[in-house]
Amino acid sequence: MKTLRTTALAALTVGAMVSTAQAETVTVGMITTLSGGGAGLGVDVRDGFQLALEMAGEHSIRLVVEDDAQRPELAVQIAERMIQSERADILTGIIWSNLAMAVVPSTVAQDIFYISPNAGPSALAGANCHPNYFNAAWQNDMLHEAAGQHANVLGYENTFIMAPNYPAGTDALTGFKRYYEGELAGELFTQVGQTDYAAEIAEIRASGADSVFIFLPGGMGISFMRQYEQSGVDLPIVSAGFSFDQDVLPAMGSAALGVINTSQWSPDLDNAANEAFVSAFQQAYDRLPSLYASQGFDTANLILSALSSADISDSDAFRDALRAADFASVRGDFSFASNHHPVQTVYVREVVEVDGVLTNRIIGTAFEEHRDVHGENCNM
Amino acid sequence: MDSTRKEWLLNALLAGALFAVPLWAWMASEPFIITLATRIAILAIAGVGLNIALGLGGMVSFGHALYLGIGGYVAGIAAYHAFSGTTVLGLSGTNQMLPIWAMAMALSGLIAGIVGALSLRTSGIFFIMITLAFAQMGFFFTLSWPAYGGEDGLPIFVRNQFPGLNTARPWELFIIAYGVLLAVLGLFAMLRAARFGAALMAIRQNPDRAAAIGISPFGVKLVAFILSGMITGLAGAMMADLTRFVSPAMMAWTMSGELIVIIILGGVGRLFGPVAGAAILVGFEVFFGGLTEHWKLWLGLVLLAVVLFARGGLIGLIAGRAQNG
Amino acid sequence: MTLALVLEQLLNGVQFGLMLFLMSAGLTLVFGVMGLINLAHGSLYMIGAFLCAAVAGMTGNFWLGLMAGIAAAAAAGALIEIVVIRRLYTRDHLDQVLATFALILILSEGVRMIFGPFPLYLNVPDVLRGTVRLGIVDYSLYRLALIGFGLAVAVGLWALIAKTRLGIQIRAGESDREMIAALGVNIRALYTIVFALGAALAGLAGALVGAIQSVQVGMGEPVLILAFVVIVIGGIGSIKGAMVGALLVGVIDTMGRFLLPRLFATFMDTSQAMGVGAALASMLIYLLMALVLIFRPKGLFPAHG
Repeated sequence: MKTLRTTALAALTVGAMVSTAQAETVTVGMITTLSGGGAGLGVDVRDGFQLALEMAGEHSIRLVVEDDAQRPELAVQIAERMIQSERADILTGIIWSNLAMAVVPSTVAQDIFYISPNAGPSALAGANCHPNYFNAAWQNDMLHEAAGQHANVLGYENTFIMAPNYPAGTDALTGFKRYYEGELAGELFTQVGQTDYAAEIAEIRASGADSVFIFLPGGMGISFMRQYEQSGVDLPIVSAGFSFDQDVLPAMGSAALGVINTSQWSPDLDNAANEAFVSAFQQAYDRLPSLYASQGFDTANLILSALSSADISDSDAFRDALRAADFASVRGDFSFASNHHPVQTVYVREVVEVDGVLTNRIIGTAFEEHRDVHGENCNM
Repeated sequence: MDSTRKEWLLNALLAGALFAVPLWAWMASEPFIITLATRIAILAIAGVGLNIALGLGGMVSFGHALYLGIGGYVAGIAAYHAFSGTTVLGLSGTNQMLPIWAMAMALSGLIAGIVGALSLRTSGIFFIMITLAFAQMGFFFTLSWPAYGGEDGLPIFVRNQFPGLNTARPWELFIIAYGVLLAVLGLFAMLRAARFGAALMAIRQNPDRAAAIGISPFGVKLVAFILSGMITGLAGAMMADLTRFVSPAMMAWTMSGELIVIIILGGVGRLFGPVAGAAILVGFEVFFGGLTEHWKLWLGLVLLAVVLFARGGLIGLIAGRAQNG
Repeated sequence: MTLALVLEQLLNGVQFGLMLFLMSAGLTLVFGVMGLINLAHGSLYMIGAFLCAAVAGMTGNFWLGLMAGIAAAAAAGALIEIVVIRRLYTRDHLDQVLATFALILILSEGVRMIFGPFPLYLNVPDVLRGTVRLGIVDYSLYRLALIGFGLAVAVGLWALIAKTRLGIQIRAGESDREMIAALGVNIRALYTIVFALGAALAGLAGALVGAIQSVQVGMGEPVLILAFVVIVIGGIGSIKGAMVGALLVGVIDTMGRFLLPRLFATFMDTSQAMGVGAALASMLIYLLMALVLIFRPKGLFPAHG
């Protein structure tokens, strides 16, 4: 991890040497997935976050990055070390909802802020919401709700739905079903990290479905789509953007072309902040940014905006500053609902090929100013 | 200086250092070092448990993570029901460590009894593999049983309580772990010196002769296996409270491997072998983990060197061959 | 539940079982001839997959990659045997378990250092894309090819052991180690060859499976544990046992996951049945292994001696 830490610090020392208002350094601990099948998501969140710090020329933030290898028990240990040894003021970075459920409750209870750049399990948006917990991405259900809504628009009446067996997977299927009006041809939970989907594909083939909804982020989606393509089952797939973004599209190849998916962000989204982000990201890392990179970027800018108007040692003022969300989000309009989860537009995208590179293009809007349903259980 | 005295001196040094370092950390407000020392103590307790089966009895159990996990889940489930005010099988949960430990040991002992009774019918590689199979059953059971988190694991939101101490403070939690470690080390020393220990070692060295002088190998080994599982289960309950989290990973086969590694690095059958081994493992992870991402490569090389060239582990290296090895 | 679905799941089980056979054959040979437990066998599977993905990625040719994967696994196996494993033949099982556990740590981190933390992707060769119609079932051509590969290797291995000079030496080594020394066979070389052969089979399995899954560090470990289950059920040291064990494990595991949730759903709430059925299905093969060991402590086909 030393190497990562030095790169992060080196990146921060580059840039304009402007004297800043804060003399005090703020330590941000980033626990994210940098190895294994889910590494693509963590790397993009990290890179997006670092890019935002660089572009702001910010050097009052000390960023400590560690790999959780997608293992909850490891994430718990790292969080403990970051709080006790690195004396982090803010934690962020966790990709997976089961890791977030293991880390976030005990972190926020110790008066540390946690800003989620990705995972948004329903429990943390509802009954277990907390003043020190903010989600800068989405509540898990949101994009799936949009997928369910759009399945109606497409006229699907008998959909087969499938997700891994962990909190985000349950949230995905619940979210889809909340808006979907047709019948279910089948409903399956798979193992997290599963690599062989032969049995599931056989079930889909035999189910008589007219369409398939999947939520399989990271390497799971790649394995599934490659095997699905080989299976000869050619039912249309509708999905949330997680399983069809820039981190996995190159590896999926032609199997992903034409898949309809929903997202709060897209590389072709037309606003100044996004244009600057996409071109800076491509210049810095020589690849197109993903949804996850955009969320890492927004998370860093949210933190920076709060730090510029409040001191972190004054938790109440800092919390109010976060809640104001006074920054230019790359997704356009962005604000927090009362449960500290986003209120935002969800778009419908299609996977297309542009100059030999697979990417997404916006083809419509599923929801405007959409907020999650769990907020009403949150008393804060 | 003869090797027995050297070993005692080394033991005293290890016991002293394991107390002095966190004491310093407490005074210097370095809570993370105390947490590390607590982890060493708890891993050492688990190691002492395995050392009874493996070191004294020569039973190479490749599935002791099962008992670690059982202990962990007892603590997690008890705390879960105490927190939510619900009951399980008619029992209400508890957030008191002492009854949790008792339950963890009872349940681990029961399962170890069943696993031992079936596994001890085999020997050699088959024993290694059947203990592994039982641990894998536990692993997959916890992984796919949804009631207590399954794959996601089970967080313990508030650490369980110990009478007279505040377990939320790292130093006081360490004192508890250190006390338990000394107690199980005392038990191990007593066991080894008693007739039971002598019988166990006699069976390991020559089962036929032991049977000829009237020792039942099966019975003695089974009792040792059960005791071994109970102590490892106790360590599991404490481990869950330290990390405030239980997950199926506690039962993974790599965890069973790590427990064996702890014993080998320290010295098989040695009283303080597990303490030395746990300290090496945790120290390695923290020190080399800070220097390089690839610390596991170096751990592998060290382990390989120990197995090939220094079979007595750290204690054997310093104090010479064991008297009763 | 249609007949076509049941047949397709059965084929999936057989395909899974045959890939397990490729892994188990090497493991059981090494134990039968040298008396060695090799936990690092899964790392050789990983090496085969990585080299295949890397070479296929560079050349665009799957078959070149496959050759490279097999060769790399065999070479790595021979090297490991000469440097480390050779010293372990006379040691007890505990030392073997530990030393090969250490090798897993070394090889996994080594591969991570060379190839990075990201999974690699390997494409199915063009000629094996798509599906074929088998009676009433549409089945993936590539998976069907995997079944063919598995069967071909099984026949080849049988011929090697039954018909060749090397096979005679291997069989002699299994039954009486001193005798082959007396016959003037170079035991050291024989052991290295047997180990490399086992490694090559593991590498082949890794490369073949890598094309439909992701190639990543740690991919060998779940397969390794299953391969151990297979050889313990079949009888350690027996190739025939490995074949029977592998098919049993492959089919029982796949059909268990498929049928148990449905079975429970007949008398339980559906979502609860999914959970209980899945939990039980994932324990099924370990249960089978424990049962076999309790009633036949040396496996279904105990190797001689």
